Amino acid sequence: MKLSKLISSGFRNLAVNKMRTFLAILGIVIGIGSVIALISLGESSKRAVQSQIQSIGSNLLTVSPSSSQQEGVRGAAGGATTLSNADAASIMQSATVTTIKNVSPEYTGRAQVIAGRNNTNTQIVGVTPVYTEVRKISLSSGSFITAQHLTSLAKVAVLGPTVVEDLFDTGVDPVGQSLRISGKTFQIIGVTVSKGGTGFQNQDDRIFIPLSTAQKQLFGVDYLSNIALEANSESVMTLAQNQVGYLLLSRHKISDVANADFRIMSQEDILATASQITGTFTNMLSGIAAISLLVGGIGIMNIMLMSVTERTREIGLRKALGAKKKVIISQFLIESIILTFTGGIIGVFLGIGGFYLYTRLNNTTFAVSPYSVLLAFAVSAGIGVLFGWYPAQKAANLQPIEALRYE
Amino acid sequence: MVEPLIRISHLSKIYHTADLQTTVLSDISLTINQGEFVAIMGPSGSGKSTLMHILGALDLPTSGTYLLAGRDVGRLSDDQLADIRNRQIGFIFQAYNLLPRTSALDNVRIPMDYAGIPDSDQITKAKQLLELVGLADRLNYPPHKLSGGQQQRVAIARSLSLDPAILLADEPTGNIASAQAEEIMAIFKRLNHIGHTIIMITHEQDLAEHAQRIIHLFDGRIIKDEII
Repeated sequence: MKLSKLISSGFRNLAVNKMRTFLAILGIVIGIGSVIALISLGESSKRAVQSQIQSIGSNLLTVSPSSSQQEGVRGAAGGATTLSNADAASIMQSATVTTIKNVSPEYTGRAQVIAGRNNTNTQIVGVTPVYTEVRKISLSSGSFITAQHLTSLAKVAVLGPTVVEDLFDTGVDPVGQSLRISGKTFQIIGVTVSKGGTGFQNQDDRIFIPLSTAQKQLFGVDYLSNIALEANSESVMTLAQNQVGYLLLSRHKISDVANADFRIMSQEDILATASQITGTFTNMLSGIAAISLLVGGIGIMNIMLMSVTERTREIGLRKALGAKKKVIISQFLIESIILTFTGGIIGVFLGIGGFYLYTRLNNTTFAVSPYSVLLAFAVSAGIGVLFGWYPAQKAANLQPIEALRYE
Repeated sequence: MVEPLIRISHLSKIYHTADLQTTVLSDISLTINQGEFVAIMGPSGSGKSTLMHILGALDLPTSGTYLLAGRDVGRLSDDQLADIRNRQIGFIFQAYNLLPRTSALDNVRIPMDYAGIPDSDQITKAKQLLELVGLADRLNYPPHKLSGGQQQRVAIARSLSLDPAILLADEPTGNIASAQAEEIMAIFKRLNHIGHTIIMITHEQDLAEHAQRIIHLFDGRIIKDEII
């Protein structure tokens, strides 16, 4: 029997019970739709994180404090205060560290910021003049913090573009104006160029002030949040990591590397960690979507079993008229594949549509991986075969006389 | 001597259920030649429907042999049996067994579909057959718009679609008003006249008398085989 005939008779049979067919398809639509939307979401957040991290620079090392282990007692992570200004200075001065071009000591805290009638809560980063060089930041207007500002504890600020958006009306040049950070008045001397990206950390939602001002005037601390290092080149990253590591271990009088109270990470390390996190995230979402797809598949099987039972007499008759097993199997398999494939097509469109809506609402880039669409089609057809197989077999193995007698 | 169309020897059918076995047919031997019109009679439970199913390759004997045109039906595979049902046998059921929501024309085409006949030939043949049974003006009617007699005539046209060796009719007029039943019998006689072999199950003496030969079954055995 010709395939085209089996397909058209499959459509006819499914049209008999429209509500049931619709509900069976709906399960697959939801399953495939969520797979597409969630995989795309995961992929896009992965890309966003990657591009953001790469934009910072590939020969960047970050030293950050980690909880130290002292006689078996591990201190709280993040709260560590082990990196000092002297540590940063020593890296630059040490004779054993030969691979570092620039050292950028940084202190980051949050504060309430007021400009005119607007206010926001944002990250305040205490920096030195080399920050722009190490972190690959450039200015769209004004100038950056100078050595002079550092020594005089000047109250000057360079704003990220998001902060400018939050605090000033469009078209107003904030350079030369003033704002209040935690009640202290700062002069705005520059605005940075957007580094783009949303995600975990928006690099544009920041205010830069002199490190000395941040430590002494604003936050009252004498330690650093982290030290950013610019290596001479990408090829010396590992060597640089070791040199700085040994220097800091000896400065902190720690003999066992396992007890180190700091971590040195390259962009590659951070990228790997971030990829791992977003990967786990994507896998988890895909897992949830796969479960809904499975439930949809079981729905298909249920409908097909019901259909086989209802059409027992028809199957008996077809066998009496000479239908071979494989014709009966194809007939029912084709029906279940029509169900899942139709559901798959609608699901792909809904999933892409849902993801598009998400990207519009969150202002992220819209890109659907063709791989996920292909996967969805293959999976939906596969589900048709997988969950249609048992009912089709059941139909084909009916004894013709018993099937004919069935009431 | 010409080989008979059907040769059954020492055929038995025993059904096994959980704790008892029921002998439905025991030691049946029978030959039917090409071109005969045979009626099989017997009270319910006499085994006539089971014999009919075995003759139609829908069921297999427990013991004994059934040769159809020289082939031992008991030794065939499922697919070969399907082929026999498709091409050698035309079934006519008491309940017509037409596919619902399917036109008379398409119902007649079903066996030809399974036989792989090209669409255009199917349509020509189906139209011819529906004309033969007097339904040329009902080609596109679905079963529920036809009377019982008309539905049975569609079923007869369907049974003829592949020019089978035997027509097997199981109480073909059981659900039909008597006037229309006479029409059905007239069609059978006409078909027999042009050479079709017909085997018909009935429990009505006056219908059986349309045949040339009546086989009486009782309790799974042939008790009388008479030529009229």
